[in-house]
Amino acid sequence: MQLDEFFVTGEPLIYAGMVSIALVTISMLFFLTYYKKWGWLWREWLTTVDHKKIGIMYILSALAMLFRGGVDAMMMRTQLAFPNMNFLNAQHYDEIFTTHGTVMIIFMAMPFLIGLMNFVVPLQIGARDVAFPYLNALSFWSFLFGAMLFNISFVIGGSPDAGWTSYTPLAGAAMSPGPGQNFYLLGLQLSGIGTLATGINFMVTILKMRAPKMRMFQMPIFTWSTLITSFIIVFAFPILTVALALMTLDRIFGAQFFTLTGEGMPMMWANLFWMWGHPEVYIVILPAFGIFSEVISAFARKQLFGYKAMVWAIILIAGLSFLVWVHHFFTMGAGAFVNSVFSISTMLIAVPTGVKIFNWLGTLYKSKINNTVAMMWALAFIPSFVIGGVTGVMLGMASADYQFHNTYFLVAHFHYVLIAGTVFACFSGLVFWYPKMFGHKLNERLGKWSFWFFVIGFHVCFFPQYFVGLDGMPRRVFTIIPEWMPLNIISTVGAFGMGVGFAIFVFAILYSYRYSEREKTGDSWDNGRTLEWATPTPVPFYNFATLPHIDSQDAYVKLKQEGKTTFEEDEVEPIHMPSNTGQPFIMMAFMFVSGFGLVFEWMWMAIGGLLAVLVMMIIRSFDYDEGFHVEVDEIKRTERSARRL
Amino acid sequence: MSSHELKTGPLEYRTEEGRLSILGFWIFLGAEIVLFATLFATYAVLFGRTADAPSPGELFEAKTVLIMTFMLLTSSFTCGIAIHEMRRGSVKGLRNWMIVTLILGLGFLGFEIYEFVHYSHEGATLQSSAYWSSFFTLAGTHGLHVTLGIGWVILLLIQLTQRGLTPKTSRKFFVIGLYWHFLDVVWIFIFTSVYLIGMVV
Amino acid sequence: MTTHNKRIPTQHIVGFIVSITLTLVAAWAALQSDLSVRWIIIGIMALAIIQAGIQLFMFMHVVEPESQGGHVPWNMMFHGGVLATILVAGSLFTMSFGFTHDHDGDGHNQQQQQEEHNENEGSTENSSH
Repeated sequence: MQLDEFFVTGEPLIYAGMVSIALVTISMLFFLTYYKKWGWLWREWLTTVDHKKIGIMYILSALAMLFRGGVDAMMMRTQLAFPNMNFLNAQHYDEIFTTHGTVMIIFMAMPFLIGLMNFVVPLQIGARDVAFPYLNALSFWSFLFGAMLFNISFVIGGSPDAGWTSYTPLAGAAMSPGPGQNFYLLGLQLSGIGTLATGINFMVTILKMRAPKMRMFQMPIFTWSTLITSFIIVFAFPILTVALALMTLDRIFGAQFFTLTGEGMPMMWANLFWMWGHPEVYIVILPAFGIFSEVISAFARKQLFGYKAMVWAIILIAGLSFLVWVHHFFTMGAGAFVNSVFSISTMLIAVPTGVKIFNWLGTLYKSKINNTVAMMWALAFIPSFVIGGVTGVMLGMASADYQFHNTYFLVAHFHYVLIAGTVFACFSGLVFWYPKMFGHKLNERLGKWSFWFFVIGFHVCFFPQYFVGLDGMPRRVFTIIPEWMPLNIISTVGAFGMGVGFAIFVFAILYSYRYSEREKTGDSWDNGRTLEWATPTPVPFYNFATLPHIDSQDAYVKLKQEGKTTFEEDEVEPIHMPSNTGQPFIMMAFMFVSGFGLVFEWMWMAIGGLLAVLVMMIIRSFDYDEGFHVEVDEIKRTERSARRL
Repeated sequence: MSSHELKTGPLEYRTEEGRLSILGFWIFLGAEIVLFATLFATYAVLFGRTADAPSPGELFEAKTVLIMTFMLLTSSFTCGIAIHEMRRGSVKGLRNWMIVTLILGLGFLGFEIYEFVHYSHEGATLQSSAYWSSFFTLAGTHGLHVTLGIGWVILLLIQLTQRGLTPKTSRKFFVIGLYWHFLDVVWIFIFTSVYLIGMVV
Repeated sequence: MTTHNKRIPTQHIVGFIVSITLTLVAAWAALQSDLSVRWIIIGIMALAIIQAGIQLFMFMHVVEPESQGGHVPWNMMFHGGVLATILVAGSLFTMSFGFTHDHDGDGHNQQQQQEEHNENEGSTENSSH
């Protein structure tokens, strides 16, 4: 292989990308060396098994991915603003919409939410870590190395260009030769392993590690949504694993699953992909619902209205999510009967979702609302998401879908649910729990600017797309005709508005790091209702010095009334904690090497990497490390300084 | 994270860590069911799409498949006995029955490799048609699981000689017991829906 | 607790004998009996499900008291079974449009038609490229 086949050449934008990647890498290496931070990086972050640090690493990586996906989006909007634009050519445009979709779903939305779960859930249920801390670190590194494997395709080998759904036969070896599509398959495969492990980890954590006496129906709603999400992950991700493996066999080893030769069946890929893909949609929306519920009840200063109905609605949505996958390919032509069945099951989902909307409205009703930035994101979510939901029901009608399918109407719909649902929730949750993570709040004034830019930009960008879709503009076209121009210009303006909003958000992070007042209490918003606010800020690495007994919903409200804390001095006992380890990082680094080898079909490298992973597993099997105990004196010292006693 | 150890009950359940790991493994088995179910679904949809390759009815041999099935069923039984011996506190019983399980597992693998080689000589390979791709992937994934299981048992037997029966080693053996029985369940479905139905239709 | 200290593992032995018997019955039904294909398939699949149950209860002790009555394990196995049914039956339901398993006659023709149909679908799905 020649060097110019290995690196992507001939595109000025990609050269610029290469230069900026090189500059960022060099400056990071320089600062780490100059300030002698290598040891710190290794000890504090790369080898950590602390769920709080892992959560923060997830969120930071997800923000970086949001930036990458956002730049992709703005490049697409620039190209589509005017007819016959020459900003991107067809090939480059195809690559960009593919990476935009994949990065946003797999490497932004999920890791962001998993990061929040990691940080918040153990604190909410009164646990000192997750059930399997080692596995948790493994999950994170598998995600990060998977994301890196996918992202380097941009400068090495070429990006995949068959859409984030990668339909065969287009994505097959015959029509998409070369490494591009392999990056998609292996990047997703690698990060999928970690997601499955996270699902198992959180199920066990929530089922078995709750504070003494806390019953299932006393858990905070975000914990509930995490439990159900984990359940969906456990049952949906193996489908993706198999589907990706089958396409890998097709592309690299000449199997005939989804090919046009050997009686293969291309649409079977679509079937498997959406059997995972639809539950996946709920994996990214249910935790978002959980976040909004927490934020709304905290800033409406009320107990959540209809808690039990909310929980059952989540469970019902989770169940239905496995029964609707065909609505993504009604136009395949499976026949009226099949389409009708899935049309009805799709519309059923609107019922529990509607229940939840009324729960939130009921919580807000006659309450004293604290208008903070976190709350504003939650309030903006309700009407925006309803628009997305209603258009979703329109798409769910099989006969009407023949008109809407693959138009911008669909594009507008899923951005309305995914941005107004998931992205708003990520911002809302990050702002809400930020003081717990970093010991200071984000600047509210800047937060409001970023909120208004982003939300108005969002509606300006996507609302016109419903209409341009009804006018017949198909998705995934790289150029437009003059009739579609006015609405597309509006849309592009909105997209840049969202970009400004994101930039202000990032600026607010830097600004607050310097100027925000440091937190003095653990209960940053003064009306925390759940257990995470009972811990001091910064949270000690063992979370809880003593575990409170829980006998009600909104545990912290009760604790405050009774004047109890999570540091009852005479009840402190030594705490058992897991040791740090570099094994997860190294194991997943080898996995990355193996995946990279397979992308270029260098079998020696793929097999070598896998063998190294096996060796790491054997080392792990013989590792009988029992962790360590934190002594009573140290706990008392830490708590006194954290609580300023 | 509590390290309090119970004084009664099976060793593997005495520590918090043991209880959590066993529960986690059951959840993992739930995921494994879905993994194999996806392969079964693919097999079912692609059934009959043999293109120019021979049909399964021409190649499957009832005798070989029955021998393989009995070997795996017996290994599942001996594995159960091994765990039973472990709960009686017998290191020797656990080790010996585990070794029997291992030998039966290796025998099964030997037959499977023989079978695959035989089919490929007859013109049915992973590449020859959609049906055969799905057949080799389904049976191969099961075979891969058996192979990993065998390697895992060997590692645990070494740890058993090093450390004897502790809550941690018992937990590891208990978990691999679950894994091994689970592979047997999967094989029952492969035997029925792939081999028997393949020979009937 | 006493059950674990028994010298003879009755449960395992019974389970083993039953599973061997069920296997033999299934093999006989498939290879030797005169039942119609449909009934053979239904019958042996039912036998397989019974056998899976035996493994779960007799060998894997899915509901033993130590795992708190097996509440979670049982739940996972049950939902795994439900999902497996959805996956297999759902895939057959949606993907077997317009073709039959006819090996002797004009089935091949129909399959070809179906292939073309798929091809068309594939290309409309990605028409924008």
